[in-house]
Amino acid sequence: MSTFWSLWIIGLTLANLVLVFWVLMANRKVAVRDDETPENRTTGHVYDGIEEYDNPLPRWWFKMFIATFIFAAGYLVVYPGMGAFDGIAGWTSHKQLAQRQQKADALYSEQFGKYNAMPIEELARDQDAMKMALRLFANNCAVCHGADGGGNHGFPNLTDNDWLYGGEPATIKQTITAGRKGIMPPWAAILGEDGVHETAEYVLSLSGREHDEQMAALGETHYQQNCVACHGPDGTGNQALGAPNLTDDVWLYGGEPRDIRQTLRDGRNGVMPAQQELLKESRIHLLAAYVYSLSLPYEEQE
Amino acid sequence: MSSNLVAAGDHPVYDYKVVRQFAIMTIVWGIVGMGVGVLIAAQLVWPQLNDLFQPYTHFGRLRPLHTNAVIFAFGGCALFGTSYYVVQRTCQAKLWGGWLVPFTFWGWQLVIVLAAITLPLGLTSSKEYAELEWPIDILIAIVWVSYALVFFGTIVKRKTSHIYVANWFYGGFILTVAILHIVNSAAIPVTWFKSYSAYAGAADAMVQWWYGHNAVGFFLTAGFLGMMYYFVPKQADRPVYSYQLSIVHFWALISIYIWAGAHHLHYSALPDWAQSLGMVMSLILLAPSWGGMINGIMTLSGAWHKLRTDPTLRFLVVSLSFYGMSTFEGPMMSIKTVNALSHNTDWTIGHVHSGALGWVAMISIGAVYHLLPILFGRKEMYSVKWINVHFWLATIGTVLYIASMWVNGIMQGLMWRAFNDDGTLTYSFVEAVQASYPGYFVRFIGGAFFLSGMILMAYNAYRTARAPKQVEAPANPEPQTV
Repeated sequence: MSTFWSLWIIGLTLANLVLVFWVLMANRKVAVRDDETPENRTTGHVYDGIEEYDNPLPRWWFKMFIATFIFAAGYLVVYPGMGAFDGIAGWTSHKQLAQRQQKADALYSEQFGKYNAMPIEELARDQDAMKMALRLFANNCAVCHGADGGGNHGFPNLTDNDWLYGGEPATIKQTITAGRKGIMPPWAAILGEDGVHETAEYVLSLSGREHDEQMAALGETHYQQNCVACHGPDGTGNQALGAPNLTDDVWLYGGEPRDIRQTLRDGRNGVMPAQQELLKESRIHLLAAYVYSLSLPYEEQE
Repeated sequence: MSSNLVAAGDHPVYDYKVVRQFAIMTIVWGIVGMGVGVLIAAQLVWPQLNDLFQPYTHFGRLRPLHTNAVIFAFGGCALFGTSYYVVQRTCQAKLWGGWLVPFTFWGWQLVIVLAAITLPLGLTSSKEYAELEWPIDILIAIVWVSYALVFFGTIVKRKTSHIYVANWFYGGFILTVAILHIVNSAAIPVTWFKSYSAYAGAADAMVQWWYGHNAVGFFLTAGFLGMMYYFVPKQADRPVYSYQLSIVHFWALISIYIWAGAHHLHYSALPDWAQSLGMVMSLILLAPSWGGMINGIMTLSGAWHKLRTDPTLRFLVVSLSFYGMSTFEGPMMSIKTVNALSHNTDWTIGHVHSGALGWVAMISIGAVYHLLPILFGRKEMYSVKWINVHFWLATIGTVLYIASMWVNGIMQGLMWRAFNDDGTLTYSFVEAVQASYPGYFVRFIGGAFFLSGMILMAYNAYRTARAPKQVEAPANPEPQTV
């Protein structure tokens, strides 16, 4: 903050407080003690039949007003407020945040830290650890992926052993740590509306769904020209790119023909936000194990 | 001024038509605004009510309609109407401005109707309490400047030597709201229905809450204190308690309120110094706020027995109690450590409504009950008994509303910050939502109570207006010493 703005803030603040204080003191001269009977004389003004008494300021009210001034003065000496003056306590909200985080880290590092060295496959079968991880999941992941991890429209089901980017422990951890961006480009401009319909019929045929043979045949041409690069010649996708397998009848954005046509026409943008800065290593390790545990055979889950 | 120099005993004929129009629209918009409020309260209990007529009946579109309707339509009409009445009678001068007077009425109604159309359509500048898009903002500014001209023009024409304290507050409210509205609404239009704020980032947030909190401080406080300073002594037929106190608390209130908005942005990207000043000024504000309450309630000393027989006075006095309560709660919530618990919870909603229902609505209702018989030339309202019923409906409704929101708010704040020993959060967000359902239901019931009182008031007003004339409308005041 420049000296000018600092002085500007200090000047305005003080001027206002001093003026209010002056108004308060200037009108105190008629103040008498509460236990003396006020004279109840009026000011002599009458407005539409309304008169005004000249009663003094109530004593307790006057004292309360002064008390708030004293508090304000003290607070502005101790804490930042007067322009660039930091206050003698040296408090800032950034420091407070850092201190609390440090305290929390110290307090909880033991709780989470003990699992850091445990491999994810083993951790996924540790009941105590998974209880903790469930609470982390409920607060951080459930909003999109559902309380049971069953997913939602646009948010993958984590329990079905079908993976966009791979289900290996290390891959899951990477997904949580750095996030993912899954982009399906829009094809309306290239395929045209007819092409979109034909390609959709072909995509339906890949998972053995009911489809129009003739259109699917035309669609296959479009597919071979435009889609193979990511989804592969046989439609089984590519986990390195996060390109979904189209043959397994698992649909992230809906499997109805009109959903598929919309995906083709307008494209899709899937974002898994990176948790690195928010949750930090130990919690991510636990969450990766939890997500891994969700697709374990039922009898192996906690 | 020369044309206004009238011989002693010669009194102007007051303009009551515009007061009557605003008084009626206060009741009408009160029912509309509170009706929408009850609907969105019900949506929080039964979410499927969002689907009545999607997307127009979605909570996100109806909520700003509710706030605009109750603050600017209901509260605004009450302020326009009473200020036009009070300024004439305490200045002993007819409203100045000629055609500007009906223009303010019809202009303001147009603003409200445009708000009721554009907000459900999803047209919004997304600034809280200032959602209306820029063409409507310009219309508001024109109507408001006309209002200022009429009000201050009448003050200039006054035949009393001093300006009564009610007019200080009305005047302060009119001037400041003009500045707040024009500065906060500054925007760059893109199309007729879309604009972008002239400010960005933390500065935009600060301007928004400088406006937002002073919408509370000036629109909902200073304006209604003006109302209080006329209708409480008038209805109680007692002198105002202390002239000294009114001087001190007026100047302190209007100069300190301007600083307080930053307390809405505690622990945000706003610089620490601004947050501190926001908190400190909010605390200092306690005494000036209570000054108004003391001056109103103490005006009744020696006339307490009137509360037993006069339900209109009861409305006025209980509104001051709620005012005192919410202006204690406000400074308390502005303390950073308290705010860390209360922020973003239903406690804030409860706090706002203890002011909005308990103070603003109740004092307006009391003032309108005082006005209606005078405006329609009757001795009293069609049914004084119904005023009493309305009083209890309103009081019970307010208490149910704020008590349920206190419970919900403190519970939410505690649930959000509860940790397990292992450092994980004890509750997921949705668990706090689920735990809030009983409170939401009680709040809905409270709102329904309050709304039913307004409907009773409307019927009472209708019967009063239709009843045969009993007395001549007192267009001329009794001779008075000035």
